[in-house]
Amino acid sequence: MSEATAPKAVEGPLNFLDERLGSTGFFNRNLKKVFPDHWSFMLGEIALYSFIILLLTGTFLTLWFKPSMLEVVYDGSYTKLNGVKMSEAYASTLHISFDVRGGLLMRQIHHWAAILFMSSILAHMLRVFFTGAYRKPRELNYLIGIGMFVLGMLEGLFGYSLPDDLLSGTGLRITQGVAEAIPIVGTYVYMFLFGGEFPGQDIVPRLFTLHVLLIPALILGLVTAHMMIMWHQKHTAMPVKHQTEEQVYGYPFYPVFMAKTGAYFLFTFGVLALLATFAQINPIWLFGPYDPGAISAGSQPDWYMGVLEGALRIMPNWEITAWGHTLSLNVLIPALVPLGIIFTGAAVWPFVEAWVTGDKRAHHVNQRPRNAPVRTAVGIAAVTFYGLLWLAGANDVLADKFHVSLYATTWFFRVTFFVGPVIAYIITKRVCLGLQRKDAEIVAHGMESGTVLMSPDGEFSERHDPLRDERRAVLLSKENSRPEPPATDANGIPAPNSKGPLGHLRSRLNRAWTFDDIPVEEHEHDHGHEVESGREPEQLNH
Amino acid sequence: MSENNETPDAPEPKPVPEDSVPLRSGRTPSPAQDTTLLAQDDISAPAGIGEEIDERAAKRAERIVATFFLLAFAASVGFLVYFIGWSGRHGGMHGVDRTRESNLWFGGLMALAFLAMAIGVTIWVRRLMTSKPIVQERHALGADADTRASFTEAFLEGADDSGITKRPLLRRTLLLAAAPLGIAPLFLLRDLGPLPEKRLRHTYWADAVKRARAQGKKGVRLVVDGTGQPLKVSDFSSPGGMITVLPEGLEEHLPEEQVLTQTAKAVTILINVPVDEFKPVAGRENWHVNGIVAYSKICTHVGCPAALYEQTTHHILCPCHQSTFDATDGAKVVFGPAARSLPQLPLSVEDGYLVATADFPEPIGPSFWERG
Repeated sequence: MSEATAPKAVEGPLNFLDERLGSTGFFNRNLKKVFPDHWSFMLGEIALYSFIILLLTGTFLTLWFKPSMLEVVYDGSYTKLNGVKMSEAYASTLHISFDVRGGLLMRQIHHWAAILFMSSILAHMLRVFFTGAYRKPRELNYLIGIGMFVLGMLEGLFGYSLPDDLLSGTGLRITQGVAEAIPIVGTYVYMFLFGGEFPGQDIVPRLFTLHVLLIPALILGLVTAHMMIMWHQKHTAMPVKHQTEEQVYGYPFYPVFMAKTGAYFLFTFGVLALLATFAQINPIWLFGPYDPGAISAGSQPDWYMGVLEGALRIMPNWEITAWGHTLSLNVLIPALVPLGIIFTGAAVWPFVEAWVTGDKRAHHVNQRPRNAPVRTAVGIAAVTFYGLLWLAGANDVLADKFHVSLYATTWFFRVTFFVGPVIAYIITKRVCLGLQRKDAEIVAHGMESGTVLMSPDGEFSERHDPLRDERRAVLLSKENSRPEPPATDANGIPAPNSKGPLGHLRSRLNRAWTFDDIPVEEHEHDHGHEVESGREPEQLNH
Repeated sequence: MSENNETPDAPEPKPVPEDSVPLRSGRTPSPAQDTTLLAQDDISAPAGIGEEIDERAAKRAERIVATFFLLAFAASVGFLVYFIGWSGRHGGMHGVDRTRESNLWFGGLMALAFLAMAIGVTIWVRRLMTSKPIVQERHALGADADTRASFTEAFLEGADDSGITKRPLLRRTLLLAAAPLGIAPLFLLRDLGPLPEKRLRHTYWADAVKRARAQGKKGVRLVVDGTGQPLKVSDFSSPGGMITVLPEGLEEHLPEEQVLTQTAKAVTILINVPVDEFKPVAGRENWHVNGIVAYSKICTHVGCPAALYEQTTHHILCPCHQSTFDATDGAKVVFGPAARSLPQLPLSVEDGYLVATADFPEPIGPSFWERG
């Protein structure tokens, strides 16, 4: 590639495009675009590739699926259901599974890919949150990400409602019950969504259109925007050697990143194919067609709806009836509040953090979670909150597996719903500060070498070695917090952003953010690389 | 195998000059401090390591990569061969056994093809590519002050030229014209469904009872869900039993597309509670037949079928969210998120058959705003 002329097969099309689009300048600028390396940067890639696989397999499934609730009598190759009345949707799903070669495989890849899509988005969002990668200038891309997760939840719910089997019908029944509980307009929403009373004949065709056309188009648009913004802003980097706010360090897009990410797509597809081959998912033929009077115990939604399911389960039965109207708090609160807290909280967080810390700078180098203890602790509290509700969505399974009373599990979650996040916050913050303290010590005194020395007078001590540059760069990436300027200056004039009740709140939050920060810095005397002999007693403590 | 050209573009590794050990980033250093240990044998060494390995090792890596690509090739060919040669035998795929077999072959070969190719490319990147890490500058995203000023100028000039600032009448009437157009599409959604009216307040039991009354009967017979057989008191005499019932004639008298929807509302559980444990609700003393009592099967929480009945405690449990109702006491809530009792259906006996004498006295299923 160092030759002056590219092969003809490349040169020809390149010039063709360049003369029409002026594209070679773009290619030239971006061919060797640097991609910083870190394992956690691949989480978003898994989501992207799962989405592509969802589009491919989903298109395959639409070739046979009939989104219709017309009743038919099944007469097909799954003989156990012969003669059973069912909707065309369910019958065509059986047809895809048992009569189309590779149909079951595609169905299972599609379902597994949906689960992987949502899991990897969640993991990616956690990575972005805990490393502060959402900070200016990336707030918008972060909001797009949250939007995609919400759309993904809807897309998944609608998707697994389509086969019209017993499990999916039960999910729709719950959706209908929740819609009905909306104050004032609930019954109208219900009637308009289902085209009449549940289940009617309209819901599967309607969900089908939303599932295969509207929502995927929205997600695709957001994915495109997400990628273009990421490309334009350049990827964030982990706080390691050579990565600074002014430069990005890593391997070039072409050929290294291109090959790696291509391999990664193949890995994702391969693993999904492996799961679809050996791990059965959503065996709708075992559930039977939907029957509003039937239910199986242990009915569970896909994992990303589990948090709503859990909230519905542990909510006390509050309902207000007054002036001829009924307000179903037992349905409304769990449907709106927990996810409202999570998504609204996540969406406003970057702006709240910038307001509290007063940090309006652009950041391209991420933070280690320990170096932002309040953020990390809030994040873990949110994870605990979400995780407990998610587990509560399986309280019957937990009760069964652990041989405890069902009511005891419900009460356990009702209590830990409030207590768990608080405990998680406190523990996480202490762990972060402890890790900061350890970093400060290592920077100040060097690495433990494991070599124990005996001095001539019989005293034992451990030799401490100087840090490697790479390690030092990581540890010293911490930006030590500086105390805010006092709220009033020498003349008693308040600082511009500390006036009024909001200003006071900001000052207090700012103090809470920074007051117990442990500075990690090199001391003047050991700025070089001399070996510390570790005689200080506090070094022998750890 | 080493002579195949699956990887014609694999760059020739160059001998490494002493002073150009590639920079390495993002890795936790080994406490051993011995950097030479890392480069040669660490399988997790970063991409571009090809720069460091010698020609023999590179050749070996090339052969390994090529082997994986050949494996992927074999798997894809196997996929096609299975499809053409075996999957369609005896008139194509049908049934559970053939599905299981083809799923294993298609999926296994597909996974093998993808994974072998992925592993091959990964080894190629890690062992053979000679790209070195590079540094690129980051630039501030915002425009400089001149550009911003120039934009502002152009923007104001455009606004001025168009006259939108000078002529408020234009501006306001344009907004006025746009507003109803924005709302119009919402009106088009009106025909998505009927208005709720009173349809959530009664079930098919009401129609069925009315029809029975018109024929001079006391009420409508209960038929067993599934078989459609009317139920005699003597058929359901052992305490502790539970069965799902529907009003007689639901399937016969309703158009086909209405059957499932009406079933979803009318579906009822019939429970035989031991008469000495049964506590009839005040005013409903004659709604049961020797402890045989009927409740709506649709949970008052969000509408799952409350389908589990525990004989010893006489609790009715909804398996979706664990709302629990007491069958002996008007199905009132004893645990869980449901706020209201399951509505009760008034029962009686006619000619030895169980009959319902009226609809449920209140709306069945989840609560709604207008319910009251």
